[in-house]
Amino acid sequence: MAEPDVPADATVAEPGAPADAPADANVAEPGAEIFRLTDLEVHFPIRGGAIDQIFRRVRGVVRAVDGIDLTLRRGEVLALVGESGSGKTTTGRVIVKLTRQTGGRVDFDGRDVSDLWSTKQLKGYRRRVQLIFQDPYETLNPKQTIHDFVAEPLEVNGIGTAQEREARVVRALEDAGLRPASDFLLRFPHELSGGQRQRVVIAGALVMDPEVIVADEPVSMLDVSIRTELLRLMLDLREERGLTYLFITHDLSLAWVIADRIAVMYLGKIMEIGPAERVIRSPRNPYTQALVSVSPAPDPPTAGSRAKRTILAGETPDAAHIPSGCRFHPRCPSAFDRCSVEEPPLFDVGGGQQAACWLAEPDVADGGRALPMASAASGPA
Amino acid sequence: MTFPPIPGSKQPDITPPDVEPEEFTEDGEVIEEIEGQALAEATLEALPDRPAGRRQWALPKQADPNAPLLVVENLRTHFSLASGTVKAVDGVSFQLNHGEALGIAGESGCGKTTTALSLVRILPSNAQIVDGSIKLMGIDLVQKTETQLKRYRWREISIVFQGAMNALNPVQRVRDQIAEPITERLGESPKAARKRAGDLLELVGIPRKRGRAYPHELSGGMRQRAMIAMALACDPAVVIGDEPTTALDVMVQAQILELLEALRHKLGLSLILITHDLSVIAETCDRVMVMYAGRIAEEGSVQEVFRRPRHPYTQKLLSAFPNIHADRRTLEVIPGSPPDLRNPPPGCRFAPRCASAMAVCSEVVPEERTYDGVRVACHLYGPDSDGTPVTTPPPNAIGVTTTEVS
Repeated sequence: MAEPDVPADATVAEPGAPADAPADANVAEPGAEIFRLTDLEVHFPIRGGAIDQIFRRVRGVVRAVDGIDLTLRRGEVLALVGESGSGKTTTGRVIVKLTRQTGGRVDFDGRDVSDLWSTKQLKGYRRRVQLIFQDPYETLNPKQTIHDFVAEPLEVNGIGTAQEREARVVRALEDAGLRPASDFLLRFPHELSGGQRQRVVIAGALVMDPEVIVADEPVSMLDVSIRTELLRLMLDLREERGLTYLFITHDLSLAWVIADRIAVMYLGKIMEIGPAERVIRSPRNPYTQALVSVSPAPDPPTAGSRAKRTILAGETPDAAHIPSGCRFHPRCPSAFDRCSVEEPPLFDVGGGQQAACWLAEPDVADGGRALPMASAASGPA
Repeated sequence: MTFPPIPGSKQPDITPPDVEPEEFTEDGEVIEEIEGQALAEATLEALPDRPAGRRQWALPKQADPNAPLLVVENLRTHFSLASGTVKAVDGVSFQLNHGEALGIAGESGCGKTTTALSLVRILPSNAQIVDGSIKLMGIDLVQKTETQLKRYRWREISIVFQGAMNALNPVQRVRDQIAEPITERLGESPKAARKRAGDLLELVGIPRKRGRAYPHELSGGMRQRAMIAMALACDPAVVIGDEPTTALDVMVQAQILELLEALRHKLGLSLILITHDLSVIAETCDRVMVMYAGRIAEEGSVQEVFRRPRHPYTQKLLSAFPNIHADRRTLEVIPGSPPDLRNPPPGCRFAPRCASAMAVCSEVVPEERTYDGVRVACHLYGPDSDGTPVTTPPPNAIGVTTTEVS
């Protein structure tokens, strides 16, 4: 279970597309730190019903985000990947200040913003950090014109004169690829296609001229051909406006294409983080390894390649009942004694990659390869 | 393990009337701990292999035993709207052989789901099959009345829908929902039907006693497994999966696809898998049919079509998918959007978006021609072509060796 081999003929399905791949994260110079999450925790209490509500009784805790450390650097695309219930969306919501963390700290541009909650304080913050939701059909108000939707944040924040606002709306729409903007200003969402709607949503985020965009599954409702256009648009905007993205997705293949760095979450923890190239090509956490192995590719398997898939049994347990030790150990194909007792921290495995797995622990790991179960089972410390 | 029952035989010795099925044991002594994949694997292991095409049911009376399993010819399904007629499926022909898995791919609105719904005639009321035939073992289903079709739905063709939460009845136990077609269509006693429902649940990896759960008590993956169990209730020859894994997490998707594949080989099923995700088809199907705007763009073996896509649409579509097992690359953009099917372009429907479009493309509907077992409808492959395009596509188009013609 070390590096998954890449079939030699893996490029066959790439019919002549120029391989001008996005620059490697190591090549793209990492900018200054813009966000830092330190030991971030979001726990939701479970209350049984009205009586519990009244007496403030708590029946349990859903540990949606359970202590993560994460930094976001200016100008990068960081993909936060995980299955449903991994806490990726909650993390994004904390960053845009829609969900209150229950522990830990959030720093933005060198300032502690953990306790920034009043509307007044958030005004300035929200200009700089914007969110794009998944579903363009739900995000847009069916009774609001495109102009009103895009102009609303400007009006709410009292930015500029009426004339300046108009200019900004037009510019945002055109930047989002809706050209000429005048064709769209007075239309209603139902008159637009799915791809155009998502462009409107992006324009709504751009109009504030933000520095950071948290995009929560921005393309998963869209068809493949439209999806590509939007991803390209987002990457182009990064170049033109120097945007930083936190790209939340369940699709590791998508992260592979657009992200500089990938963080893989499982049950509220980061299991592995590092440059995309390293996380996908040489994943060190068995969970990442399994995810990579089952991610389908548009390339029919040749004889024997099928065996390389690691299909984990069962499903992600719910976040109210997180297993002891390493939270992945009940499903882990390489788990040993220690895993059920002690939770591994993120170990540095070189090249900017970190993995939360005892097999990646510097003393245990041997030459960068995960040890087979037997020799690694040294028992709990 | 009593699955599968011998069809048509309703002797009491198959389900001993005195033995309560396990699901009724209170505080169960023998509660199976395993579930999901492991249970499905163990259950499948215990079954005898069934060769592809082995009949579970007596052939329908008019069936031709030598006819291919399913032949669809020139199918046209149109929707009538106030604003006009939508030609959702407009001249689609294909064949499905015994034990084969056929993937139908395309983007929203390409007619792939309408094609599937036409096969069992469960179309919305404003849709109509206006032309063509759907021959199941030589019997044309288009000509059948609603009542006559009952013989074929469930027993010959069944469907697994995408949203298991919407497709299952929320106020009925999962087991009873699976038992319903067994009592209705096969005339089994309720008890025998419940027993078989339990067998089916185990087959798809749900412990028998979980059959007492209501749909909301099951996880998304388990619900999709229950949907598959239901599709198998009457032991059909063809199972259609309409985006069966689209809403699922990647790991659960892998589990469900693995299950479908195991079932197909073990039960000798034929499978039609409808999905927008070409990656899923690449990993599970034998043949792929790419649809665009109600017509077939390209159809052939998965190996051939994915490795050497001929139709410009297939080429673009394939390069719009990220491949995690290959190098990072920029994804292709297909400019424009699919045509309005109330008033589709007169020639090739992909012509307005095609980088290799020629004058002829916007006027003449391309004929389907077959090269190396791949059917392709594109003017790049003319009547005398050997399967290589007859014109030089622009440099950014993807193509194999080309010959210059005007």
